[in-house]
Amino acid sequence: MELARKFKSAFSTVPVLGWMLGFFVAVLIEYYWGYDYISYYLGLPKIPVLFGTLIMLKDPLMIPGALAYDLVVYVLPVLAVGKLTEKLTNPLAALCETLPLALSVIIHLILFYGVLHLWAGINDYRVLVIKLTMISIILTISVNVINGYQGEFSCSHPGFMAIGAYVSSILTLLLFTNDKIFGDALLPQALGPWCFPIVLIIGGAAAAIGSLAVAIPSFRTRGDYLAIISLAFMFIVKSAVENLQVLGGARGMGGQPDFAPLWVIFVWTMLCIWIIHNFVSSILGKALNTVRDDEAASESMTIKTRKTKMSAFMFGAFWAGVAGGLFAHVLAYINPGMFSINRLAEILAMVYFGGLNSIVGSIVGAVSINILGEALRPLELFKWIIIPLILIFVMIFRPYGLISFKEINAKKLLRAKGKKGA
Amino acid sequence: MSTLLSVKNMTHYFGGLRAVHGYNLNIAPKQITGLIGPNGAGKTTIFNLITGVYTPTEGEITLQDQSIKGLETNEIAAKGLGRTFQNLALWRHMNVLDHIKMAHYSQLNYGLFGAFFNTPACRRQEAKVAENAYRLMELFDIKQFADHLVVNLPYGAQRRVEMARAMATKPKVLFLDEPTAGMTPDELVRMIKIIKQVHQDFGVAIFLIEHRMKFVMELCQYIQTLVFGEIIAEGEPEDIQNNPKVIEAYLGKEDLT
Repeated sequence: MELARKFKSAFSTVPVLGWMLGFFVAVLIEYYWGYDYISYYLGLPKIPVLFGTLIMLKDPLMIPGALAYDLVVYVLPVLAVGKLTEKLTNPLAALCETLPLALSVIIHLILFYGVLHLWAGINDYRVLVIKLTMISIILTISVNVINGYQGEFSCSHPGFMAIGAYVSSILTLLLFTNDKIFGDALLPQALGPWCFPIVLIIGGAAAAIGSLAVAIPSFRTRGDYLAIISLAFMFIVKSAVENLQVLGGARGMGGQPDFAPLWVIFVWTMLCIWIIHNFVSSILGKALNTVRDDEAASESMTIKTRKTKMSAFMFGAFWAGVAGGLFAHVLAYINPGMFSINRLAEILAMVYFGGLNSIVGSIVGAVSINILGEALRPLELFKWIIIPLILIFVMIFRPYGLISFKEINAKKLLRAKGKKGA
Repeated sequence: MSTLLSVKNMTHYFGGLRAVHGYNLNIAPKQITGLIGPNGAGKTTIFNLITGVYTPTEGEITLQDQSIKGLETNEIAAKGLGRTFQNLALWRHMNVLDHIKMAHYSQLNYGLFGAFFNTPACRRQEAKVAENAYRLMELFDIKQFADHLVVNLPYGAQRRVEMARAMATKPKVLFLDEPTAGMTPDELVRMIKIIKQVHQDFGVAIFLIEHRMKFVMELCQYIQTLVFGEIIAEGEPEDIQNNPKVIEAYLGKEDLT
């Protein structure tokens, strides 16, 4: 315990900038020496993709090698560089503090993205995992708006996601690709990436309009009944798509153009976090919390509860639609089966694991469940025993999730930490 | 004398049960009116009818000569009827500052777009609201609890949060539903002081339900007594105090045979 405390205090003076620099060095090490030297001498067949978890679970004999790789490539460089450069990074962080907060955040995000891009670029599988994780972040936060902030138990998110995915797919297939069903491209293909944001917004808007089917019953029902209505909505969407042959029916719809590289998804994720953060910390957004905690009192305090509920549903559904659109263009294939009860279970697990009423919680939940899901892939079916078990333990010890009722404080996160007592 | 809030001949049925019958009320500006009566007489129902939680079956309700019958609760509240609840109705996951801020909801007009993008208009209005909220918290002596969750506050402080929250909606008439229920004697004295101060500083009319006679007699200028949904007596405090009907309703009639 004493050791852990000493360890913690030694590294508490490293600012976020320092950690990013450390990670950057780690990525460089992996990039230049990872395959040729380090994994070769440790007897690993190739660079461990997700910190060696896949190799470790597939072949237990590889555990020492994979752990040593993690130590040499990640842990030691990150700690060492972080600590050694704090004399340099702290003044830089202090300099950033003098800038407007928005600018400082953008600078940090660009640096972070650069490092992430390099790390992911080493392996295609990593790119896919990060893309799907970021889409999950958008999805989880959008569910949190309804299930956490507004306290309704809505199960309709896969439905909203499906609407967004299909609408945006139809648009891109119709406008920018030569498709068997939709015919030749109506617009030059070069315009595609530029119009993609508009396509996503249209997809999100379609999902938002669809969400009215759940929002309007929510004026009168709460709790279990709303859960049933929203579940029904999800199945209606799924069955409708399955029976529409234009959309490929149960066979699905493929060939979406690749308009969603990593940076596009990163930008959308950050945009989503920023907008939802603004919303839930404004008075209009906190009205969601008042509706959750006591609807009668909210009405008496002049809060328009109907408008609040409706905006929460439409807002949540919009982001689910955007996530669906991104999802479709990452995989370049969708079918109705993807937007069913399995997806719902996954989304709800991420929300309730991470924490209700918290954006940080949602990010933590989405990242951990996604990475865990990928890391435990070699266990195949047993994965679905381990993840639910973890969920059960979280629910026992922290009924509202790991990090609930906490908001991001960007200023505090990014500040320089050199001074004593900071 | 001009009338701020007036209720004429209000009757309400819950299914076959007649909860309120032929109820009349006139509240003048700055007047403190009390509503007393035994449990189950329909006092809180009258509050709920006037503030729009239920729409009365018959009758007319006007605020400053404008009909408010049939409007939604939030619209009525925004027009100037603020209220507190008999069993505290606070938002349990929110802190005190947020409570007071939230009650300014109807005074904001930056819209959803402003909230999403945190526009200058949004920031300006929220700063103004925060300033006003701190002023109110100071007045109600809850400023030291600003970032505490309400559920962690002592009972008397929770009551004060509720009153401060009701005042933040800028009411013309303040409805207090048993403001002293469950209070200790010294909290009671403090509450009387606060109500008097609110009345003086904000110049609001107050309509309150209360069981403690001493409290009602000390504060109210006009008192109504409700039994089984009907007014059996109303008038100045002295008249009510000695009215045999009121004494009977509260204490029961002594059966001397």
